[in-house]
Amino acid sequence: MAIEYLGLSSINGPLIVLEGIQDAFYDEIVEFTVNGKEKKMGRIIELYEDKAIIQVFEGTQNMSLKNTHTKLSGHPMEIALSPDMLGRTFDGIGRPIDGLGPIISTLKRDVNGLPLNPVRREYPRNYIRTGISAIDGLTTLIRGQKLPIFSGNGLPHDQLAAQIVKQASLGDDSTEQFAVVFGAMGVKHDVAEFFRRTFEESGVADHVVMFLNLADDPVVERLITPKVALTTAEYLAFEQNMHILVILTDMTSFAEAMREVSSSKGEIPSRKGYPGYLYSELATLYERAGIVAGVNGSVTQLPILTMPNDDITHPIPDLTGYITEGQIVLDRNLHGQAVYPPISVLPSLSRLMKDGIGKGFTREDHQDLANQLFSAYAKVGDARNLASVIGEDELSATDKKYLAFGKAFEERYIGQGPEENRTIEETLNLGWELLRMLPKEELDRVDTKVLAKYYDTEDNTDSDR
Amino acid sequence: MHSHSREVITVAKTGTIYGINGPVIYLKGNTGFEMSEMVHVGRERLVGEVIGLDKDMTTIQVYEETSGLRPGEIVEATGAAVSVTLAPGILNNIFDGIERPLERIADSGGAFITRGVSVDSLDRTKKWSTHITVAEGEEVHGGTIIAEVPETTAIVHKCMVPPDISGTVKSVVPDGEYTIDEVLVTLETPDGEVKELTMTQKWPIRNARPVRHRYPASIPLITGQRILDTMFPIAKGGTAAVPGGFGTGKTMIQHQIAKWSDADIIIYIGCGERGNEMTQVLEEFSELIDPKTGNPLMARTTLIANTSNMPVAAREASIYTGLTLAEYYRDMGYDVAIMADSTSRWAEALRELSGRLEEMPAEEGFPAYLASKLSAFYERAGMMQTLNGSEGSVSIIGAVSPQGGDFSEPVTQNTKRFVRCFWGLDKSLAYSRHFPAIHWLTSYSEYLNDLGSWYHANVSPKFVDYRNRMMALLNQESSLLEIVKLIGSDVLPDDQKLILEIARVIRLGFLQQNAFHKDDTSVSLEKQFKMMDTILYLYKKCRKLIAMGMPMSVLKEDNIFERVIAIKYDVPNDNLQLLDQYKHDIDRFYEAVLEKNA
Repeated sequence: MAIEYLGLSSINGPLIVLEGIQDAFYDEIVEFTVNGKEKKMGRIIELYEDKAIIQVFEGTQNMSLKNTHTKLSGHPMEIALSPDMLGRTFDGIGRPIDGLGPIISTLKRDVNGLPLNPVRREYPRNYIRTGISAIDGLTTLIRGQKLPIFSGNGLPHDQLAAQIVKQASLGDDSTEQFAVVFGAMGVKHDVAEFFRRTFEESGVADHVVMFLNLADDPVVERLITPKVALTTAEYLAFEQNMHILVILTDMTSFAEAMREVSSSKGEIPSRKGYPGYLYSELATLYERAGIVAGVNGSVTQLPILTMPNDDITHPIPDLTGYITEGQIVLDRNLHGQAVYPPISVLPSLSRLMKDGIGKGFTREDHQDLANQLFSAYAKVGDARNLASVIGEDELSATDKKYLAFGKAFEERYIGQGPEENRTIEETLNLGWELLRMLPKEELDRVDTKVLAKYYDTEDNTDSDR
Repeated sequence: MHSHSREVITVAKTGTIYGINGPVIYLKGNTGFEMSEMVHVGRERLVGEVIGLDKDMTTIQVYEETSGLRPGEIVEATGAAVSVTLAPGILNNIFDGIERPLERIADSGGAFITRGVSVDSLDRTKKWSTHITVAEGEEVHGGTIIAEVPETTAIVHKCMVPPDISGTVKSVVPDGEYTIDEVLVTLETPDGEVKELTMTQKWPIRNARPVRHRYPASIPLITGQRILDTMFPIAKGGTAAVPGGFGTGKTMIQHQIAKWSDADIIIYIGCGERGNEMTQVLEEFSELIDPKTGNPLMARTTLIANTSNMPVAAREASIYTGLTLAEYYRDMGYDVAIMADSTSRWAEALRELSGRLEEMPAEEGFPAYLASKLSAFYERAGMMQTLNGSEGSVSIIGAVSPQGGDFSEPVTQNTKRFVRCFWGLDKSLAYSRHFPAIHWLTSYSEYLNDLGSWYHANVSPKFVDYRNRMMALLNQESSLLEIVKLIGSDVLPDDQKLILEIARVIRLGFLQQNAFHKDDTSVSLEKQFKMMDTILYLYKKCRKLIAMGMPMSVLKEDNIFERVIAIKYDVPNDNLQLLDQYKHDIDRFYEAVLEKNA
C-alpha cells in the first residue's frame, strides 16, 4: 500500500522539493493530486535521504505548499507497449489523446532505454531510397542511421520530412513492414496537423504512432516525449520486426526545455546556459537508432532541429552533428531562390553512405560521382566569389563553365518537385549529365576507368529520356 | 554476502547512501574509504569510485546508471583502486570503459547493456599454451619476463614479474597449457617472503606503469598517409592531436592510422562516440588482413568502447583503462599506438562530473584542472626503456572535437600545449571532399627535426629537403590565392601561374589520399618519396620552359599535369618501377613543347 504525503517543502519553476519521504528511489515516478482533483506526474531527479527534488511534467501551476498530495508510484517512467499503438495518437508522455481508450498491455518498459551493446549491433548497410536527388545521390540515407535535418525557422523542413516519409515508405520491397513513429516536442498545432494530414494522404496513417507535445503543452513533458517515442520505436522494430522511421521535431525545443529545468535546479551552466550534460542527453536519444544483429527490424531516425539564428555552430546543432551520422542542412539562400528542397549540399553529409552505396547497392560509380559533384560545386562557390569582385565577364573560360554548372546543379539536381520521386538511376545519370558541362580534366575525383565509362558515353542518359 | 564475489574480504568497509544526483552519490559520515578506491554500490552492486572525502561526507562516482538507487542502500569498499586485469586475452577483444568484455556482457544480458553485470575482465578458464622463460635459482625483478604465450596469431604475450616485486625463483612449472590464474613461478623475496606469480597482474588505471628510462623521439610511426608521414610526421612514442568540427574526418584518420601504421599493437578507445562506429571497427578489423604479417588486424587490436549513450563516469575512466593496457604491452617491448576518439568527450565527462560536484568552473564550465589532467594524460606517452631493458613505446593520437569547429576553445587550446603534432582539420577542405582534410597551413609537427636523420638514413638524404620545398610551394600558393581572389588568375605572370599549377598537383596528387582505393589507402615511404621526386622534377622542367618564355597556356595543352596527379591511382604499390617512367615522360613533354614552339 502506498503512503500519500501531504504538502510540499518548496516550489521553484517546474521543480518541487518534498521532505520526509520514505523508500523513494532515484528516477522514480511520483503522482500528485492537486486540490483533490487535478492529477499530475513528476520524476525524482535528486534525492537526499528523505528529501526529494521532483520535476513536475505538467508544470507547477495551481500547486501550493499545502494543497498537494504526493504518492510514490514504485516504478520509473514507463510506457505500455502493444502493436495496437499503430495508428494511435498520444500526448507527450504517452497517454492516448485520440479518445480511443487506453492501450491494454501487460508489457511495460522503462522509457530511458538501455545502451545497445556495440558487439550486438549490426552495421547499417541498406540504403533507403527517398526519391530526392540531393539525398539519394549525395547524402544517402541508410536504414538504421540517424540523420538529422538542420533547418531554420521558415524553411520547408516539415515538407521535406513529409516527402521523405511518403516516398521512402513506398519502398522497393513491399514484403517488409514499415511504420513511422512521430514525436513532436513543442511544435505548433499547424505543424502537427500538417504531418497528420500528410500521413493520411499518403496512406500510412494506420502505420503511424504519434506523440504530440505541442507548443502550449507543459515544457517538462517534452523531456519525456522523445524517450517514449523511441521506446515505442525500439519495441516495434526489435520485437515486432518492423522497419521504423522515427521523426523527432523539434530537437531545439527539447534542448531548450533541458536548459529551463537545469537553470531552475541551479546547476552550473556550460555553453550558452545549457547544462554540461546536454551532449550525453542528446546522445542517449540519437544512439537509440540502429539495427540489432539477428533481428529483422531497424530504427532509423530523422530528427529535425531549427538552428537558432541559422547558426550551425550553436550548441544544439553542433553537439547533434557530433553524435549523428551526418546531417542534411537546409539553406535560406537557396530557399530564397525558390529551390526546393533547399538542401545546402556542401555541409550536408551522410557518414554511413560509403558502405551502403556502390556496386551491389546502387551503382559502381556512385561514390566517385558524389565526390566529384561535391568538389565541383565547392569550386562554383570560389568562381562566384571571384565574379562578385571582378565581374562575370572577366572570368576565365573554365570559371564561366563552373558558373553555368552551378546554376544547373541548383535548379535541376538539388531542385525538384515536392511530389517528384526520382529513381537512383535518374539521379546518377543526371549527375553525369551535369558534369559533362565541365571539361574532363577538371574531374579530378573520379577514377580514370569510371570516367571513361560514364563521362565519355552519353548513352546511359539518353536511354532514360 | 554475494555469491559472485570471489575475493574473500576480511573486513569490508561499508557506507550508507545519503544522496543521489545523477552519476554522483554521497555517503554520510566518515566511511574510512580511500581516494580512488573501487566500490560496489547498492543491491545491484554497481561499480563506482571514490572521488571525494571529507570528515562527514564521502563522494562517489558511479560507472553505471543510477536510476532505481535508494538512500539507505549499502556501499561496500573493495580495498583496491580502480584497476585493470593484465594477462593474455586482452587483444582481439572489445571492452567497456572499465575493462568488462562486451561480448560476455551480451552473452549474459542480451543485446542491451543492463546494470550491475558482473563478468570477469578476461577469460579465466581458457588454457594458454605457455613457455616458461626463467629457471630455478634465477634472480628476477620487476619486469623480468617469466613466460611467453602466443596470445594471437600476431602477438606473443610476455608475462612479467609485477613492477614492485623481485626475488629468487624457487620453483617453476614445466611448459604446458595454463589458465591465467594458475601459479607459474614461485619467488622468494629479499625479505624471505614467498610470492606466487601467475600470468595475471593488476594495475590501478590512474597510475603510470614505471619504466627505467625515457628516450628522445627518433623513429617515425609510419602510417602510410602521405600528409602525415611526409608533411607532419609523428614519432614512435609521440603525441598528436587531430582537432576538427563534425564531418571533417577525425574518425576516418584514426581508422586509417589504426589500420596501416607500423605499430605492433593498437588500442582504440571509442570515448563517447557512436555505437555504429565501434561495430564498424570491430567488423572491418576482423576481416582486414595486415599486409605486413598476414594476420587479421584485430589480432593486434583492442577496442575500448564507451559509446555516447553509456554512463558518463565510465567515459572518464575509459581513457585511463586504454592507457594502462597500452603501457602494459609497451613493457613487453612492443610499439603501441593509442587512438583516443575523442578526448573532448572525456573532457566533457570531467566537466559534467565537476558540475555535479558543484566545483568552481573555469573557462566554458570546464574545471580548472582540465589542463593538468590533459598534460598528465599525454605525458604517459613516450619511447621508453622498460624495466626489463627492452625498448617499447606508447604513441597517443587524440581526436579533439572542438565546439563549433572553433580551435580557440579550452580543450583544443590546452591540448595544443601538450602535444607535439597538430593535425588541424579544415571544414572547407572537407566540404569540397578533400580528404584527409588536414590543412597544411595550420598543422605542424615538432618531430620533423628529431626524425630528419632517420629519413636521411632510411629513405633518402633528399627527403626532408623535398618535403620543405613542397611546403614552400604550398605557402606561396596560399599568398598568390589572396591576389587571385581579388583580380583573377589570368593576370598573374606565368611563373606564378606555374606555382599555382604545381601546388594544385601537390594538393590533388599528393596530399589528397583516397582511403577507399585499394592502392591509395596506404602508401610506402618509398612511393611517397618518388611521388615527391616526380612532382618536383615536373616543376623544375616547367620552370625552365617558362624561363625560356613559354606561356603557361602552352604547357597546359599537354595532359602531363593530370597524369602526375593520377600517379596515386595508376601506379600500383607493388610495381613502383612504373614511377621511373614518369621522368622520361616529363622529358618528352619538355622536348615536345620546345620543338613545337621553337
